[in-house]
Amino acid sequence: MKNHAHISMLSRSNNVGLARLAAATFASELDFTLNELEEIKVAVSEAVTNCIIHAYPLEEGVIEIDLEIAEDQLIIVVEDKGVGINDLEAVLQPNYSSKEEHMGLGLAFIDSFMDRFELNSEPGKGTIVKMYKTPEKLKKRQEGNVLN
Amino acid sequence: MDITTELAGNTLIVRLSGDLDIATVSAFREKVIPESEEAEVEVLLLNLSKVSFIDSTGIGAILGRYRFLEKKGGKLVLVGLKAPVKRIMKMSGILEIMPEYSSEKKALNDIAEGRIA
Repeated sequence: MKNHAHISMLSRSNNVGLARLAAATFASELDFTLNELEEIKVAVSEAVTNCIIHAYPLEEGVIEIDLEIAEDQLIIVVEDKGVGINDLEAVLQPNYSSKEEHMGLGLAFIDSFMDRFELNSEPGKGTIVKMYKTPEKLKKRQEGNVLN
Repeated sequence: MDITTELAGNTLIVRLSGDLDIATVSAFREKVIPESEEAEVEVLLLNLSKVSFIDSTGIGAILGRYRFLEKKGGKLVLVGLKAPVKRIMKMSGILEIMPEYSSEKKALNDIAEGRIA
């Protein structure tokens, strides 16, 4: 199975809901449970919120979201052309936060709710978050096939 | 997001409806911060039974209110968490520091009898 969708949107808070609903709707083509779709919604919400708060703190910019289904795996890429991250290692530390009331939970949620994620950034150029998730049901089926 | 409030004795009841995320958190802060900082408010009861989505931004805002109340010896009580919201809140660790009730009635009873931790 293969599918692809792309969303390009302004870094406005009101667009976060659109991003997560679009991602969950797209993902529902795979055999995800409702809980897994909720997890995808949270992960996308966190990634897009990061763009709004951190990548474009002073003025609006564009956020590009790529949704892809390849070999029963969902791949979501959230990309901005904002300020970038100076210290990637620090950002990946648990509870890291540069803003009060944000707790540093955003990336922790992405880490918990997706199978894996990659974070690439260049100061002054932008940031790319790439997230992967395969439905648990499919993983079990694949494991079963291997065992048989 | 729809936000309504009601003062019942020393308890400010805040009923939220909709998603609590970056798009709605300013409305939450604008309404709830000033009202929860009124002198008579000792307990903030957040009824989330009509909230179907929350992320770290929403949790951060709730935590901000918790910290404020804790400093002045007050409490924050959560009511009516839907399953997806509860899961996220559990993961964040917030449920370890705030009591959670299935209904406003039960929460208000415990508040009135001084039973909240």
